[in-house]
Amino acid sequence: MIGLAHVYYALGALLAWVAWQALRDPRPGLGWRRATNGAFWGVLAALFLLGDLLPEAVAGLAVLALAALAGFGGVGYRTPARPSPEDEARAASSAAALGHRLLLPVLVIPLGTLAGAVGLSRVAFGGRALLDPTHATLVSLGLACALALALALRLTRERVPIAIVEARRLLDAIGWAALLPILLATLGGVFTQAEVGTAVAELVKRTIPMDHRVVAVLAYGGGMTLLTMIMGNAFAAFPVMTAGVGLPLLVKLHGADPAALGAIGMLTGYCGTLMTPMAANFNIVPVALLNLPDQYAVIKAQLATAIPLFFANLLLMYFLAFR
Amino acid sequence: MNMWPLLGIAVVVVGLPLRIHPVLVVTAAALVTGAAARIEAVALLAMLGRGFLKNRYLLLFALTLPVIGVLERRGLKEHAQRWIVGIKAATPARLLLAYFVVRQAAATLGLTSLGGHAQTVRPLLAPMTEAAAESAHGPLPERSRQRLKAFAAGTDNIALFFGEDLFLAFGAVLLISSFYRDSGLVLEPLQIALWGIPTAIAALAIHGVRILRLERRLAAEASRASDDLAPRSTP
Repeated sequence: MIGLAHVYYALGALLAWVAWQALRDPRPGLGWRRATNGAFWGVLAALFLLGDLLPEAVAGLAVLALAALAGFGGVGYRTPARPSPEDEARAASSAAALGHRLLLPVLVIPLGTLAGAVGLSRVAFGGRALLDPTHATLVSLGLACALALALALRLTRERVPIAIVEARRLLDAIGWAALLPILLATLGGVFTQAEVGTAVAELVKRTIPMDHRVVAVLAYGGGMTLLTMIMGNAFAAFPVMTAGVGLPLLVKLHGADPAALGAIGMLTGYCGTLMTPMAANFNIVPVALLNLPDQYAVIKAQLATAIPLFFANLLLMYFLAFR
Repeated sequence: MNMWPLLGIAVVVVGLPLRIHPVLVVTAAALVTGAAARIEAVALLAMLGRGFLKNRYLLLFALTLPVIGVLERRGLKEHAQRWIVGIKAATPARLLLAYFVVRQAAATLGLTSLGGHAQTVRPLLAPMTEAAAESAHGPLPERSRQRLKAFAAGTDNIALFFGEDLFLAFGAVLLISSFYRDSGLVLEPLQIALWGIPTAIAALAIHGVRILRLERRLAAEASRASDDLAPRSTP
């Protein structure tokens, strides 16, 4: 059976190769950056390759090491690699020669993931499933990437080491932002264990008088958005705010429709996701991928949609939950 | 109840605006929260390790990078740009609107992996929008170009968020219905998903208007930039 572990091994191997390249980087004047970049990608690779064998506390120490390497500026390079004139000439002439065929591998990734998740997840040999059914989508993503890479290499007649060099170029551009989404999800777990959300809901209930429907809707919607901004994830905020404010006050006291309240409440939280750096995979990783100088560029681009949509959601919640 | 774990939030709320490195802020917040909740050091380390290993899947998008990297080396961006410039009807607003509608519609069907920052925004949507803008309105100043790229990334996020919530088997719908079930309220996922439709329409309307206004703004910025470049005939 192909499981999530195999996909993690593949990514671990890629990261280990990237770490090796960083250690042996031939560019002059890098000094200790060779060691820190190599250590960062190497430790990350180890967590993917050996993660399930390590005692959890040791993995925790590795996470702290990654955070120190990234947080104190050890990851990435002072001057990012710019395309040389040869690179640009090669890209232009090859774009003309290959044309639309260059788009095929890009399409193979989503379509292959979909086909794998829908089709392969039911395939079994002698009672053993081909793909781990609980992680069918992620495993299919891994398989689709392998297929797309094979196709891309065939089309361009490039070889695997070139693909790794190019992957490293992109990973260097992402740098520490690669770590942030996992770290934030981890923080979310610590928040849940420490019952931070419950304390927030308690605080909202104690400070805001909710005898009136309008105030209760404002508190629930505003609380969902704020708590989502803090936790970086509406899924973490939803049970806390709905158990603390939504169910006892809006549904039981004021008679709101729970289906409309829950659905719109969750989407009000999504407005918070658009406004917070804590949702790093949506708001910080693209900044790195697009080489934008302003860390908050994507959040700023989203504000003027997120804020009106937040108010639209409050109105919808008020009128649809109390029909 | 113990309110001290709220200190972890304080670390985030104070740390990020002070421009302290986000990785350090987040790590410090986790350690402070754990300490305030009186979790022992070794248990806290184990919690960090377990959380990290459980959430490793968030980095799986990196598996697309060798593919995108090879294709970029061989001119994916250049091809996408040349293609879009060749289509006379292509303007940045039409391109972004079309992307928004397709991405949102695909997400309502559960096809959330049909886009994304590494797979489509960086190699295709951002360079194509930029090329369409420059071909429709003339060269853009660097700042408008950066704003346009960030806007393309935001368009992907917004279309995804307010589409996927209509998909019955999506986590949010299932989370809402299982939460209510645990609290003794039985609701069908369909009942919940349908209430996402008004917000999905509102998101399309609000972001659509912004896309159209962006087009006008780009035209103005491009013409101002070309005015600045034009030689002035001073007597």
